[in-house]
Amino acid sequence: MFSFTSIKDYHADLLHGRTTCVAAVQYFLAQIATKKHLNAFLEVYAEEALARAAQLDDSLTESGSLQGPLHGVVIGLKDVICYKDHAVTAASKILEGFTSIYNATAVERLLAAGAVIIGRQNCDEFAMGSSNENSAYGNVLNDADNDRVPGGSSGGSAVAVQAGLCMVSLGSDTGGSVRQPADFCGIVGMKPTYGRISRYGLIAYASSFDQIGIFARSVPDLAIVLEIIAGKDAYDSTASATPVESYSHLLHQVATPKRIAYFRQALEHAALDPEIAAAFRSFIKTLTDNGYEVEPIDFEYLDYVVPAYYVLTTAEASSNLSRYDGVKYGYRSNGNDVSLTQMYNKTRTEGFGKEVQRRILLGTFVLSAGYFDAYFTKAQKVRYLLVEKTKEIFSQFDAIISPTVPSPAFKFGEISDPIEMFLADIYTVFANLTGIPAISLPLFIHSNNIPFGMQVMTFQENDLCLLSLSEQMMQLASKK
Amino acid sequence: MLQLIPLQPFITRNTMSFADKYEAVIGLEVHAQLATASKLFCGDSTAFGAAPNTHVSAITLGHPGTLPMTNKKAVEYAIKMGLACHCEIERYNYFARKNYFYPDLPKGYQVSQHTTPICKGGYVMIKTETGNRDIQLNRIHLEEDAGKSIHDIEEDYTCVDYNRAGTPLIEIVTEPDLHTADEAYQYVTEVRRLVRWLGICDGNMEEGSLRCDANVSVRLKGETKLGTKVEVKNLNSIRNVKRAIEYEITRMINLLEKGERIIQQTRSFDASTDTTFAIRDKEEANDYRYFPEPDLSPFHLSESFIQNIQEAQPALPYELQEKYKVAGLSEYDAAQLCTEKEISDYYNKVIKHTTHYKAAANWINGPLRQHVNDAKITFDQLQLSPLQLVALIQMVEDGKVNFSVASQRILPVLIGNEELTPLEVATEMNLLQTSNSSEIENWIDEVIKNMPDKVTEYKRGKKGLIGLFVGEVKKRSKGKADPKAVTDLLQQKLNA
Repeated sequence: MFSFTSIKDYHADLLHGRTTCVAAVQYFLAQIATKKHLNAFLEVYAEEALARAAQLDDSLTESGSLQGPLHGVVIGLKDVICYKDHAVTAASKILEGFTSIYNATAVERLLAAGAVIIGRQNCDEFAMGSSNENSAYGNVLNDADNDRVPGGSSGGSAVAVQAGLCMVSLGSDTGGSVRQPADFCGIVGMKPTYGRISRYGLIAYASSFDQIGIFARSVPDLAIVLEIIAGKDAYDSTASATPVESYSHLLHQVATPKRIAYFRQALEHAALDPEIAAAFRSFIKTLTDNGYEVEPIDFEYLDYVVPAYYVLTTAEASSNLSRYDGVKYGYRSNGNDVSLTQMYNKTRTEGFGKEVQRRILLGTFVLSAGYFDAYFTKAQKVRYLLVEKTKEIFSQFDAIISPTVPSPAFKFGEISDPIEMFLADIYTVFANLTGIPAISLPLFIHSNNIPFGMQVMTFQENDLCLLSLSEQMMQLASKK
Repeated sequence: MLQLIPLQPFITRNTMSFADKYEAVIGLEVHAQLATASKLFCGDSTAFGAAPNTHVSAITLGHPGTLPMTNKKAVEYAIKMGLACHCEIERYNYFARKNYFYPDLPKGYQVSQHTTPICKGGYVMIKTETGNRDIQLNRIHLEEDAGKSIHDIEEDYTCVDYNRAGTPLIEIVTEPDLHTADEAYQYVTEVRRLVRWLGICDGNMEEGSLRCDANVSVRLKGETKLGTKVEVKNLNSIRNVKRAIEYEITRMINLLEKGERIIQQTRSFDASTDTTFAIRDKEEANDYRYFPEPDLSPFHLSESFIQNIQEAQPALPYELQEKYKVAGLSEYDAAQLCTEKEISDYYNKVIKHTTHYKAAANWINGPLRQHVNDAKITFDQLQLSPLQLVALIQMVEDGKVNFSVASQRILPVLIGNEELTPLEVATEMNLLQTSNSSEIENWIDEVIKNMPDKVTEYKRGKKGLIGLFVGEVKKRSKGKADPKAVTDLLQQKLNA
């Protein structure tokens, strides 16, 4: 019987003939069928995945070596990442029936490294949401408690790893959409430095915030995948040209940073669940007991991060989503005797869900003549201040820690006020506003038996430092 | 005393009578499609005339997840134009999104330069009746073109061709610095010559590679405030630019004279009637919600990048014109040589090997231009080496053949046969002029014999007939007879 612990062990088993890629794929397909009620996958590529696994097995038998660093690694894709000749809908009705004619750069690199893509995963429509309640294709359930949300927007991708439906998932993180569901589902979820992974083939929500993120059961697994898909790209001018380090090898070799800060205001925030605050404080003690210097610092901008984030992301989204107009592809409202404007209105009203429409309207408003300076320009100033603040903090510290989310996974329908929902992002949007890498580590279990995590952030392009520190913290937590 | 002017005549003819009362203020926006092989933000071809929707990758079509990458060549071309127009080149550049919905706009926004054009200020020198004038530019910026909506193929549908979508354009925007339709005509002519000269745009207005919109207003002379502006679109030839502006100025002055208000609107030119008609009022104007394009990193232009472009810049037409005038050419000849870069390039090669500047100019502006036009080619395709031309010029100067023989008999043989020399051709065809008097004498005797009446008239005093006799001798000699020797001998014989 196949069981999955880590990519390293899986590869060892493959090389020693103890298992096969086909066995792995069969195992996950069976798991997906058993856990169908979770609604994590929108489409499963069963036959294709089996065929590819068989071909990988053959190549291993023939050559005696793995075809690449991700040989036979079974990966799911959030339904916002383009995979050539496969449907991609951003969990929206407006892209119903749309098939991508090209591969995202990340997918191209996964395939070249030997990965098996097993299916596309449910999420909030156009990655907008914090609970996965905004999908046109239904809610995703948290495998730890089916009455609770898995978080969002990459809910399906988080649950797929949580419930053992694949080894690794790729999600996207614009304001916490990888870290928050990782927190709710008790797994590792990382948003690398902005631009570390090419965005080519990632359906845009907010271009200057979006970053592909990775879900895995462990930090080393995540590191292997990141080092494969990261790096400059001739199709994305915003991708970083900094050479990619061998994260998986250097993970245990680099000196672990010791100077850690946390925001005093974050721990004093009214929205923070007391149990999460207590767990966080107790982990600070574990850290200091183990030789880390952990210091509170003032962060006077905390109340501005969520408003600035929503002004800027919705502005970009209102423009990014203009292309879904019923003219070239995807959904078009039927009804022939309508004017062009009516066709646009009907198509977009029928094709987009409520939350997406809310954000398009908000974004259109903040960019409008007469309001631009009051909202967009001001929010940009906040963003600039935050970037400066980040430089200042990281001149004195190696990392910032915080709870990932102020509350544990909530129940379906529990939060109906969109503003209250936006507050779930209060700790995560900072990393997207400033472009720094951030990760959520599954360190804690709530008294209601729901897991929750802690967020770690390091300076721009210090993804290796983040991974190495995360691995240390995971070890510390397991020793406790 | 006030005079009543009948309405029709003043609309069509007597506008000039208002020349002292009103002043037109015109600003022009010229869009030039850059002659890069690929589009502004992706590798798709920009070739004109392909089957619809064949140069359309996922990026051109704005498929989900696609991103732009800036074409460096397009940036270089924009800078070339900026340097030629004496603009200030912006070192820190970024693009903006101009948001609006239209079926031929694949992404729902156009990527353009809004707040930071790559070239600022500058001017374009034009010739006017009263001398040269520098037309001040506001900016030259880069942007992508939209696709093409075609409304007349299908009865019930509009068809969209996205081949053009994403083609790089520069928009060259003047200050409101022109005052007559003729200045506008001269300005667009000069811009067209410049972009072609620099090789950055083919300048073809019919195919839409060069497009012009005119902003026209009129005001009382002496008034400093600008009048209400009308934008005229669809000007697909330089002639139409002129006619549309002429029409607009007259129309607006008429309205003002009647005490009516000019409405700020966008109008289109109808070339079949030489009139303009309103397509929309400005009150319906879009709010384009410009903001910085987040999918493209800002780009810095290094000094060396600009320096390299500057160094590779060809000599510009007005610079060459001056140079030619200094070398002794007339204003007209110099200008003719600079109408196209291929012509001046050819001339420059020729005058490397001869000092007969004027003769070289005459050859190029005369028979060679005629040949090139007839053959529908350009001077760079002319199969006559500059050295062949130099040798031909020298033969004429040396009196070995005369110009008409050289241009009408020898030149056609030389073209296409770059291995032949003019001397070989002239010798082979027996065209070299002769001053051998016995040969000439024979021809003269024949002429005198055949024209007894004319000889009698000459002898009675009609001395002007000498030209006729010389012509006859030349005809018989097939151009070989040296006209000077013929005239001398004829006079001797006739006066004997």
